[in-house]
Amino acid sequence: MSDDIDDHVYLSLAEQHDQEGDARWAFGTGFEDPLHGVDTAVPDGVDGAELAAVCLALGDDALVGAQRLAQWCTRAPELEEEVALANIGLDLLGQARLLYARCGQADGTGRGEDAYAYTRDPADFRNVRLAELPDGDFAFCVVRLLVLSTWRLALFGRLASTADPVLAAVAAKGVPELTYHRQYAADWAVRLGDGTDESHRRMRAALADVVPYLDEVLDARPQFAAHADAVRQETLAVLDQVLLAAGLSLPAAPAVPGSGRQGDHTAHLAPLLAELQSVARAHPEATW
Amino acid sequence: MPLEGPPGDSGDDRGEPPLQERFDATIGRDQRIEPRDWMPDGYRGTLIRQIAQHAHSEIIGMQPEGEWITRAPSLRRKAILFAKVQDEAGHGLYLYSAAETLGADRADLTERLIEGRQKYSSIFNYPTESFADVGVIGWFVDGAAICNQVPLCRSSYGPYARAMVRVCKEESFHQRQGYELLMTMMRGTDAQRAMVQDAVDRWWWPSLMMFGPPDGDSPNSARSMAWKIKRHSNDELRQRFVDMTVPQAERLGVTLPDPDLRWNEERGRHDFGTPDWSELQRVISGDGPCNTARVARRRAAHEDGAWVREAATAHAAKQAARARHGEGAAA
Repeated sequence: MSDDIDDHVYLSLAEQHDQEGDARWAFGTGFEDPLHGVDTAVPDGVDGAELAAVCLALGDDALVGAQRLAQWCTRAPELEEEVALANIGLDLLGQARLLYARCGQADGTGRGEDAYAYTRDPADFRNVRLAELPDGDFAFCVVRLLVLSTWRLALFGRLASTADPVLAAVAAKGVPELTYHRQYAADWAVRLGDGTDESHRRMRAALADVVPYLDEVLDARPQFAAHADAVRQETLAVLDQVLLAAGLSLPAAPAVPGSGRQGDHTAHLAPLLAELQSVARAHPEATW
Repeated sequence: MPLEGPPGDSGDDRGEPPLQERFDATIGRDQRIEPRDWMPDGYRGTLIRQIAQHAHSEIIGMQPEGEWITRAPSLRRKAILFAKVQDEAGHGLYLYSAAETLGADRADLTERLIEGRQKYSSIFNYPTESFADVGVIGWFVDGAAICNQVPLCRSSYGPYARAMVRVCKEESFHQRQGYELLMTMMRGTDAQRAMVQDAVDRWWWPSLMMFGPPDGDSPNSARSMAWKIKRHSNDELRQRFVDMTVPQAERLGVTLPDPDLRWNEERGRHDFGTPDWSELQRVISGDGPCNTARVARRRAAHEDGAWVREAATAHAAKQAARARHGEGAAA
């Protein structure tokens, strides 16, 4: 029972952690710059402004989506869901950081990830409005995640071969992550659609809330016009398949006018960003 | 799996030693007790209580820091904090699993938590008032947890000891990130340095109380140590924590709020003041700043999630019924 043994245990744990532990954590949470040494020049033939617009829109979807998932923390229906929702939120946060970094290189401003997240006003955000809506219940969380992850996976699969090597790499890295997000959402959609009368009713209500914002996701002009048709078809096909298995279907509902891709947002984005930016804006000179 | 051996069992017909003797011999040889082994009721009960309390602490402990994930002032800090709080959910999960190897049930333990019949670490009943608290919790609270838990990697109960190995690996990274945040803040603005000192002042004494009451007032400690569930006394662990933390505070440039804290050359250790044990008693008995809010949040999550868990159970039952029906139809 000597101190030496415990000290040895503690030291060996700490050493081991240095070598292999950090890799298990989320992207970019270690003590080194994860993009150190990567060639970030925008290649010839790629329009910097267009590339920046794509990265910004996808980064904003991911950041706002991660923020909504973070709000589930300590509120999830089960501990397994606590862990899973955090996983998904962390993946999206990692995607947002890489996309913002690429945006700053592509738009010529050289801004870093935090400049995009913490210093812009709501009207400058280009996320779809579906991402910013507040979570009503877990059914809404599941339906929203199903729609956004299905669309994003369909798009990332195509962006993985886009001309910009950095965006292509970000997309390729995102594909397995989004595959898991979509699978998680689909599994829960089926469970909840099939489970009890109560869960079925909640899923129908969630679909009714989400569908008015679906067209905006599928359309996504102007940033994603090139892939819009194929991505729309794939997204709708997957949604139909999942909802069929869940004993549900997409209700008909008129689309809400406007588009987050053009800077139109609901009243819910401003308080979301006010919370996200509160500490950073209170200490503009600080380093964290 | 027989969970309980008959008390006073005298061994089997082949002349095996009685169960209690075998148990004592296993403990004496510093070997592990495994779920299938016979163990005294008191050992089982003590372990369930300790592991459940530890699991509850991980889950309730998500709240004070979790409140800052949405407000973290950089995306890197946001990711670190999100991942850290997620780790705590994971720790809770495998600690509840370790308790289940002793015959406990996670749903039942959760009920006991939200009904106030089981405790969690008193430290999580204090509020987080600024982002510096995230760093100080990593440094002090996770540091204290490491002091407490590294010896538990050698706890006599196998599943608990193995869970602790993984928990400690993650806690050591948590502590490192907390300290690194504080180092960064101390290199920042005056306002940031003031935030760090304020957080240190608020968390120091509650952190010392994490090791529990003084040895003289800790009635269960001796038995837990005899069973090698616990390896060091509360006061010994508290001393180790102080000795470990003082040089870190100096390097950081903060003052620990204890006028009696000084190096004792003769003992080769630090002398330090006495925590306000009446405060610990108040917080443990439910009268801390956040007790009500912490349990209410956990209860709300559990109750709001009831329809989800019921749906998952109903779906699984329907799936099983459909599979049976399908097999029947095929046959």
